[in-house]
Amino acid sequence: MSLLELHNVSMIYGSVKALQGIDLTVEKGEWLALMGPSGSGKTTLMNIIGCMDKASTGSIVLDGVDFTDVTAGNLTMLRRDKIGLVFQQFHLIPYLTAVENLMVAQYYHSMPDEQEALIALERVGLKERARHLPSQLSGGEQQRVCIARALINYPMLILADEPTGNLDETNAKIVLEFFQQLHREGHTIIMVTHDPKVAELAERCIVLEHGRIANRKDRRIVCREEEVS
Amino acid sequence: MFWEMLKGALVRQSRKMFMVALTIALGVSLTTAMLNVMLDVGDKVNRELKAYGANITVIPRAASVLRDVYGIEASSGKTGQYLQEADVGKLKTIFWANNIVAFSPLLETKATVGSDDITVVGTWFNRPLELPTGEVVETGIKELKSWWTVEGNWINDADIKGAMVGSTLARKLNLQIGDSVEIVLPGGSQREALTVQGIFNSGGAEDDQIFVTLPFVQQGLNLPGKIGKIEVSAITTPENDLARKAAHDPKSLSLKEWETWYCTAYVSSIAYQIEEAVGDSRAKPVRQVAESEGTILQKTQLLMLLITGLSLAGSALGISNLLMANIMERSREFGLLKALGATDRDVLLLTLTEIMTTGLVGGIAGYFLGLGFAQIIGHNVFGTAVAINAMVIPWVIISVILITLVGSLPAMRMLLSLRPAAVLHGR
Repeated sequence: MSLLELHNVSMIYGSVKALQGIDLTVEKGEWLALMGPSGSGKTTLMNIIGCMDKASTGSIVLDGVDFTDVTAGNLTMLRRDKIGLVFQQFHLIPYLTAVENLMVAQYYHSMPDEQEALIALERVGLKERARHLPSQLSGGEQQRVCIARALINYPMLILADEPTGNLDETNAKIVLEFFQQLHREGHTIIMVTHDPKVAELAERCIVLEHGRIANRKDRRIVCREEEVS
Repeated sequence: MFWEMLKGALVRQSRKMFMVALTIALGVSLTTAMLNVMLDVGDKVNRELKAYGANITVIPRAASVLRDVYGIEASSGKTGQYLQEADVGKLKTIFWANNIVAFSPLLETKATVGSDDITVVGTWFNRPLELPTGEVVETGIKELKSWWTVEGNWINDADIKGAMVGSTLARKLNLQIGDSVEIVLPGGSQREALTVQGIFNSGGAEDDQIFVTLPFVQQGLNLPGKIGKIEVSAITTPENDLARKAAHDPKSLSLKEWETWYCTAYVSSIAYQIEEAVGDSRAKPVRQVAESEGTILQKTQLLMLLITGLSLAGSALGISNLLMANIMERSREFGLLKALGATDRDVLLLTLTEIMTTGLVGGIAGYFLGLGFAQIIGHNVFGTAVAINAMVIPWVIISVILITLVGSLPAMRMLLSLRPAAVLHGR
C-alpha cells in the first residue's frame, strides 16, 4: 500500500483554480521532488498534503487514512502525528532556544523530553548550540534545527518547502546531505524546489504548471519530461 | 513547556506587554478611584450639603397642628407650646445618632429696638453638651449654619449679654461691632442692653434678626428650660419609594419594609426616631433640602459611574488595538504552533494566559494607583481623605477580567481564524 494517494485533487480559490485534477502516489521511503514555476500550485499542493488546507475536490489518503472530509481538528491531529514540516523561512520561535523549539513540537504531540530533543540536535550536529536562541544561529544551523524539529515526533512523511532556498551553497550542501541521509534511513520525503540540482537528488520529480502535473520524471531518467495525458 | 513559552513570550515582548498592562492599569485606577469615591461620596457630599442648613425641624406636637392648620410658626411663641431644653441631648441617643451632625434649639420672640420691631432668636452657638452616654459634643448654630459669613466673633454661650446681628438689620439700625443695642422684650417692662459681638450674613431671612444666647430669651420671656423648636442637620440616604411610603404613613409598611426603612438613614426614619426620643414632639423633614441633597448625591454617583464605564470602555478599546497589533505581528508564530499540532484551544489558552498575566500585573498596579487617585480627589474636592473600601476589590477584579476579555475578543477571533497555511506559506 502506498503511503500517500491523491485522486483528482483540485483546489479553487474563488475563480482561481490553484490545482486541477491532481493524481499522485508516493511510496513509503520515496523522495519526491516537486518543481514548477511560481504560482504553479506547488505550495498549495504541499499545504493539502501537509494537512494545513483542505482540497476543494478529490480524495487524499495518507497511511491508509482518508482525510478528504475530516474536520479541522482531525486535520491538526493528522498533521501532528504523521507529518514533519521543514520551511524555507525556518520558522523557529524566536524567544525559545534551539532545544526548546524542538520541545514545543514534542509538547503539542505528546510530552516534552529534553534528552530526546538534545539527541535530535546532536544528530544534526547542533548539540553544542542547544541553548542558543535562533538569532544566535546561522541560517544553516536554523534550518538544521528545523529539520530536527520535523523529525522529533517520528513522522511518516517529511514535507520540505524549498529547504535550501534561504541558504548559501555551503549550508545548502550540509542540509541536502542530511536529507540524503534521511532518505537512506528510509524516510519518505516530498521536497519543493526550484533548483534542478536539488531535484536530481530525489528519486522522482514532478513538475507542476498551471495547477496540473505537467511532466513526470523518474530518478533513473533524471527528471525526463513526460506529458500528462 | 507551557510556562517556558509563556515566560519567553512575556519577557521578549516586555515593552508591548508593558503598554497593555499600562492601559489596563489606567482603566483600573480610574475604576478604583471612582468606586472608592462613589462609596464614600454619600457621606462626603452630604457633609458638603450641610451648608443647606437643617434638614429636620423638631417642634411641639400641638404647635405642629397649629402650624399646619393656621400657619402659625412654632418658635414665635404665639402657640404657647414649647419643647424642653433638657430633651435636646436625646437627639444623640437615637439609632442614627452618628448621622446627626449638628443641631441647635431655638426660642424666638418679637422685640423692639427704638421704634423698630425686630425678631430676637435665642439659641446655642457652640455649646458643649454632655450626652447620656457620657460623651461630650459641641453643637449650636456655628456648626449648623456653617455657611454664614461673620464679621467680628461668634458669641460665647456663657456671654448672656452678647448679640449677633443680621447684616440687613445692622445696616438698618446702623450698628457696628462693639456697639450697644437696647432691646425691649414683650411686655415693655424689660430693657436689656446687649453688645454686638458679630454681624453675620446668611443670605436668608435671618439677616433681619438678632441672635442671642438661649438663656437671655428664656429669662426675658420667663420661660426657663423652654425652647420653641430644634433645627437638626442629619446625613441622610436619598429617598426612594419605600421612604416616601413610610413618610406618608409608617404604619402602612410591612414588618420587613419597616425594618429596612427604620435601619436606613432616610430623613423620614431619622425624623421618626427623633419623635420617639423627644417627648411630645413632631419632627418634620425639610423636604426641599432633603430632596435636593438626594438629587445631588444621585447625580454625582451617576456621573462617577459613567466616568467609570467610559474609562473601562476606553481601556478595552486600547487593549483591543494593542492586542490586535500584537497578534498580527506574531501571526507566523501562532501559525507555526498550529502547524506543529497546537489546537485552537491550545493557542487560545497560551495567549489568554499571557494577556491575563499582564492584566493581573496591570490590575494590581492600577488598584494601588487608583487608591492614590482617590486620595487626590478626596483632598482636592472634599478636603479630606477618601476611605478605602474593601468592597471595591471584587469589582476591580471583575473590571480587570471584563476589560481584558472584552479587549482581547477581536484578537482572539483573529487568532481562531488564523490558518497556518496562510501565514507560513503566504497562501
